[in-house]
Amino acid sequence: MQTIAGLQPTLQCVRDVISRRRVWWHFRCWDHTWFRAGGCAAVRMGKNNNNKKKKGKKPLAAAPGKVAKARSEVRNNPFEVKINKQKFTVLGRKTKHDVGLPGVSKSKALKKRKETLLKEYQKRGKSNVFVDKRFGEYDSKLTSEEKMMKRFALERQKHVDKKSLYNLNEEEELTHYGQSLASLEKMNDPVDSDSDTDERGALSAELTAAHFGGGGLLRKKAASEQTEEEPEKAKSRKELIEELIAKSKLEKRERQNQKEKTHELTEKLDNDWKAIQGLLSHKVPKSERKAEPEKPKPDDYDMTVRQLVFDMKAKPSDKMKSEEEIAKEEQEKLQKLEAERLRRMRGYTEKKEKKPKHISADDLMDGFILEKDDRVMLSYKDGKMNLPEPEDNNLKTGGGENDGVDDDDDKEINDGSDAGDEDDDDGDGEADEDAEGSDEEEEGSDDEDNHSDLDSNEDSEEEDDEVRVKMAKKDKKVKEKVAEEASAQLPFTFDVPESYEDFQSLLCDKPADQQLIVLERIQKCNHPSLADGNKAKLEKLFGFLLDYITDLSEQESPDLQTVDKMIVPLYNLCQMFPEAAADCVRNVLQDIARAVNEEIESKDRASYPALHVLLYFKITGILFPTSDYWHPVVTPAFIVMSQLLSKCPVNSLEDAAAGLFVSSMVLEYVSLSKRFVPEMINFLLGILHLATPRKADVDYVVVPPFKLHGKSVELLLVDCTTDSASWVKSNLPLTSINGLDTEDGTEINHFKLTCIAVCLDLVRRCVDNYGTSPAFKEIFSPIEKVIREYLPRNTYPETIQDLCKNILEDIERCSKKPYSPLVFEKQLPVPVKMYTPRVTPVLDFGKKRAANKEDRERKRLVNKHKREYKSAIREIRRDNEFLAREKLAETMQKDAERKRKLKAIFHDLSTQEGEWKALKRLKMKRK
Amino acid sequence: MAARKEKRAARSLGKNGDSARQELDTKLREVLQSRANANSLFDILEYLESENKDDVLAAIRTCAKLFEALLEKGELYIGNLPAEDEALPDSLSAEDKYKIWMRHRYNSCVSCLGEQLHTASSQVQELALCMLMKFIQLEGRFPLESAIWKDGYRFPRHLLKLVIDGLLQEEKDCSAVILRFQEFLEYDDIRYYTMSVVIERIAQVYQNNKETLPSIFLNNVFGLLSSINMPQDDKLSNFLVAQKEKVDEWKPAKLMEHKKIFERVWMGFLKHKLSVSLYKKVLLILHESILPHMTKPTLMIDFLTVAYDVGGAISLLALNGLFILIHQHNLEYPDFYKKLYSLLDPSVFHVKYRARFFHLANLFLSSTHLPVYLVAAFAKRLSRLSLTAPPQCLIMIIPFICNLIRRHPACRPLIHRPSAEADLASDPFIMEEKDPAKSCALESSLWELEALQNHYYPNVLRAANVISRALSTQESDISELLELSAYELFEKEMKKKFNTVPLEFEPVEGLLGKKHDITAEHFSLL
Repeated sequence: MQTIAGLQPTLQCVRDVISRRRVWWHFRCWDHTWFRAGGCAAVRMGKNNNNKKKKGKKPLAAAPGKVAKARSEVRNNPFEVKINKQKFTVLGRKTKHDVGLPGVSKSKALKKRKETLLKEYQKRGKSNVFVDKRFGEYDSKLTSEEKMMKRFALERQKHVDKKSLYNLNEEEELTHYGQSLASLEKMNDPVDSDSDTDERGALSAELTAAHFGGGGLLRKKAASEQTEEEPEKAKSRKELIEELIAKSKLEKRERQNQKEKTHELTEKLDNDWKAIQGLLSHKVPKSERKAEPEKPKPDDYDMTVRQLVFDMKAKPSDKMKSEEEIAKEEQEKLQKLEAERLRRMRGYTEKKEKKPKHISADDLMDGFILEKDDRVMLSYKDGKMNLPEPEDNNLKTGGGENDGVDDDDDKEINDGSDAGDEDDDDGDGEADEDAEGSDEEEEGSDDEDNHSDLDSNEDSEEEDDEVRVKMAKKDKKVKEKVAEEASAQLPFTFDVPESYEDFQSLLCDKPADQQLIVLERIQKCNHPSLADGNKAKLEKLFGFLLDYITDLSEQESPDLQTVDKMIVPLYNLCQMFPEAAADCVRNVLQDIARAVNEEIESKDRASYPALHVLLYFKITGILFPTSDYWHPVVTPAFIVMSQLLSKCPVNSLEDAAAGLFVSSMVLEYVSLSKRFVPEMINFLLGILHLATPRKADVDYVVVPPFKLHGKSVELLLVDCTTDSASWVKSNLPLTSINGLDTEDGTEINHFKLTCIAVCLDLVRRCVDNYGTSPAFKEIFSPIEKVIREYLPRNTYPETIQDLCKNILEDIERCSKKPYSPLVFEKQLPVPVKMYTPRVTPVLDFGKKRAANKEDRERKRLVNKHKREYKSAIREIRRDNEFLAREKLAETMQKDAERKRKLKAIFHDLSTQEGEWKALKRLKMKRK
Repeated sequence: MAARKEKRAARSLGKNGDSARQELDTKLREVLQSRANANSLFDILEYLESENKDDVLAAIRTCAKLFEALLEKGELYIGNLPAEDEALPDSLSAEDKYKIWMRHRYNSCVSCLGEQLHTASSQVQELALCMLMKFIQLEGRFPLESAIWKDGYRFPRHLLKLVIDGLLQEEKDCSAVILRFQEFLEYDDIRYYTMSVVIERIAQVYQNNKETLPSIFLNNVFGLLSSINMPQDDKLSNFLVAQKEKVDEWKPAKLMEHKKIFERVWMGFLKHKLSVSLYKKVLLILHESILPHMTKPTLMIDFLTVAYDVGGAISLLALNGLFILIHQHNLEYPDFYKKLYSLLDPSVFHVKYRARFFHLANLFLSSTHLPVYLVAAFAKRLSRLSLTAPPQCLIMIIPFICNLIRRHPACRPLIHRPSAEADLASDPFIMEEKDPAKSCALESSLWELEALQNHYYPNVLRAANVISRALSTQESDISELLELSAYELFEKEMKKKFNTVPLEFEPVEGLLGKKHDITAEHFSLL
């Protein structure tokens, strides 16, 4: 870039040189007084010029024509033309300079130099300059008339301004067309007004001009007409007017004739058309055609576009699908999504999967995309139509209906245009007919399809292995019921709330089911396809919903049931607006991370956050795929969770529950990708350590935040065997993360046992997950040791004991894996250097190729600089040549002059001498 | 200046304070006006012991002003002061008697101020401290001892001792006052005498407490000592008590003497048993602000070796001092690397001083003359430990290990062993072995790093993937990775740009209602 910037000044420099050389004509003003005098002289000269104008003008006007003629002559003269021969003809290359006219261009250049350089050369020793101040003298745009007018106006103005500013009384002599009004008033030329009764009472311009003098401009036209005759004879006024009248009458007659002719022709054409129209179209009866004969003709372009649109509509629609097909398609779709997920998990970049955008040859480029078919696939079940889930139903079938409506609309338009088109276009009618015919056929086939599907469905009535369909049905029923109850009380349309408070007040005092319906209706009423601003509104709705969920779970007694239900609309919104949802969740994560970090920075440890915070991680896992190599939302969430697990010491049962919740979420995150999370293993080991009885020295190491000998050691130790006998496996309530509400020893023991069971189950899953890891044994050896040697297994209920046994067996089985020494991946051998030339296809010939825009720009500037530089040098060289020539001519002329003078002098002298001698001789003779 | 300050203080005082202040002012004027009113002094001194904080503050200021004036006028007795209750010989003139009496009042005022240093109010403490330092300055200028002092130079050492006694209390944390005192430590003489007084004070407290030192006292001492900024220049001329003659000979004017006494005070302090937290604090500043200012840094060897043997974080911190000793003072440390090796345990990745430790470990292991078995043992042990490390450490430790292998190409079999005939039944490396020579690390491979190639954090994964291919010869720079925190990782991830947000395609039924949901199996909504 710097070099480009550096180039600019040099370019500028070159240009300066050129301009200095080319613009030789300077108007300079040295002496102010002289300048004034010159100005006066200019005015006088202008007047002289006016008088001579008519003579001088003609050759000027004729000049262009002559030049053009001369040029064409030159072009046709083979001796004037120089053809630049090309060695090879290259396809696609534009040649600019294949033919040149050296003579012409040379003379042009010479002329220009004579006008500029020569003048400058001749004035080289002079400092005074002649300034031509005549107004518009060198302005080629102004015609001489205009020039005169303006000059006159200027003069008048000057006159008026100077005198009448303070001299109010002096009256100006008013003139009309150069004659003073006073003399006009004498009326010595009476107007002959007998003949101006025809022509509808309007007087022609010439007439008025003749009578009243007229405006200067009008006069001019007449004057120019008369200029030719002027030399012959000046006509009298009366004659002139008569001539004018005759002329205008002639014109009028001609115009009338013209009109009549056109009318006749049109009628003839119409008749002709009517005669052949019957052959072209039988569609519309004649009576109708006559009813609207004068409809504006549709544009050719419009017709073509419409025709193309109709072509597309004429496509056969998708055939109705059977259940198997639907299931299969669903499966295929899932497979595709799964494949994509796997690809993301392995961390391939997205660029690879981006398909090149294919543009069909039939694409109208109007943004209409067919590939995504939103319409519901029609299928039947038990003889009834099989509808998908209601909320989707509305969205999707809405689209479908729209399509249908479009179809109808198109047909109408089609018909309408038929009617209009008949007059001028012949092919259209037939095409339309075809389209309609095919439509009819389609309907027929649809009908048939319906029947066949019905039959096939009746056959497959018994085999209802398709779970999805059942689910959908169940769902539908439940929802219908709910809807029945709710719809009675709720309004049908909702606006998207503007603020969170509005949103909260909208939902707060309704039961969960109604809240769902409200949300659903908000979504339906404000679907992005309905209005422009809806997208932004619904995007905001996601944030509100997330806040609402937080509020619900933040309460004293978290309303998790409602939260549970709210997840579904949240998920749907997220599917609609992934970016907005991601931003929203990322902001929340940012807040959490900041809070945790502040705590860690001040105390070097943190405490487990409350349930509503932990739920965010769960929601993240629900909304976004957790198996990706990198994900804008999941990866940060992962880091925060890992930080929680490695920085929050477990000092209470609540902490244990929270930690277990986090680790089970972590495990869930990696359940598909089987990625290794050291913090989780550390945490599980720590939890197991808390369940062992205190011992002075142990031969395993726990990782911070856990300590071998801390105050919370034996936190999970169960001290009562009867309690463990009465323990039944149950799920940990999520609310226990915020605080246990029981003081009862048995319940607490049960809680501890549940924690241990959960922990062991997570360990089992980890063992499954990481079974293939090359360092499996090293990862799990501390856990194995704790379970095998330190955990008081015999005090636990049997289910837990079995679990322990399973884990130990699994670990043993997996750790038998042999250790194969590490070897580098085989690398491809470096290819031997080749000496054959590298051939690359040239796709855009003649264009300057460069890697990027900057380089291209640079190259362009460098090239331009080179070109300008060369041309500047050439110009300078030619100028010098020209000057040298001039100088030579000058000296030659001087020499010749001198010789001539010398000769004359010698001649004179010799004659004198001769005379003198003759005289002398005479004298001598006389003597 | 002082008067203006007082006025401002007076304005801020309440009514009560105002009246007290006015009374004090009048008394002060009376005492200064004529000797007849000398007895008003008792009233002023009474105020010094008042309960009201404002009164005490006012009284301290008044006293300072009073005795400053008296000292300047020379109205205090100069020479050995007879005891107060002792009958004065008649030979003394009335003026001398008056001066003796006044000197006694001055002494009681000073001791009173010394007691104020022990009060609860930090304001009173600070003011008392400032006034005492002022007295030190004044006494230096107008000496009260006629005889030439021990070392021939004038310095009111007893006053400084009073101050230090007040600063180094046994029951109370005095960090606030010590902070205030720090500004006086900029004076070279104060610094010098403070250190010598501290030595005495430690010995005294040690004796008083039956050969133990209370931990609060130790903390105070550490606070005072750590706030000493040793001078760098040879020329020391910044004195609070200016000396008239032979300034260059004066001990506080010599940097060497400063260093000597600095060394003595630290050695005297460190030979006592320190608490763990104090130990850490000492070790944290040892290499920067103690070792460079000692005349014989090797004296620290014992302290550091003991600390190095303690284990845990203390050992990690001792490394820094040891490094300086080994590097600059030719310390031979037997089994240094063995010890370093044994320091590596999982907690290394979780302590606060992780960056410091790995920075030093990197330095220690940067030598190319180390035996291969040792480097291999370090690499293998570190990679084993990395199985428990958080991502921010992994990002640092994996390049660390790779750097080790780069420096010692003989360690390459750890990641590339093409000649192996058969798979091994188990890892030959013995983690529990304390001696790196016997750990069989060279026969092993870094399978742990291979396991980390499946880490959840993409950057770790990328770092671990390095070992799958031949290592580049260029060492990677880990200095920027040393201090990385998890939050910084998080920030980095948040800053990354993204085009699309992939979505979960599996539909949900509720908070815990997904297929393969592990949380749903163990947790319930209620």
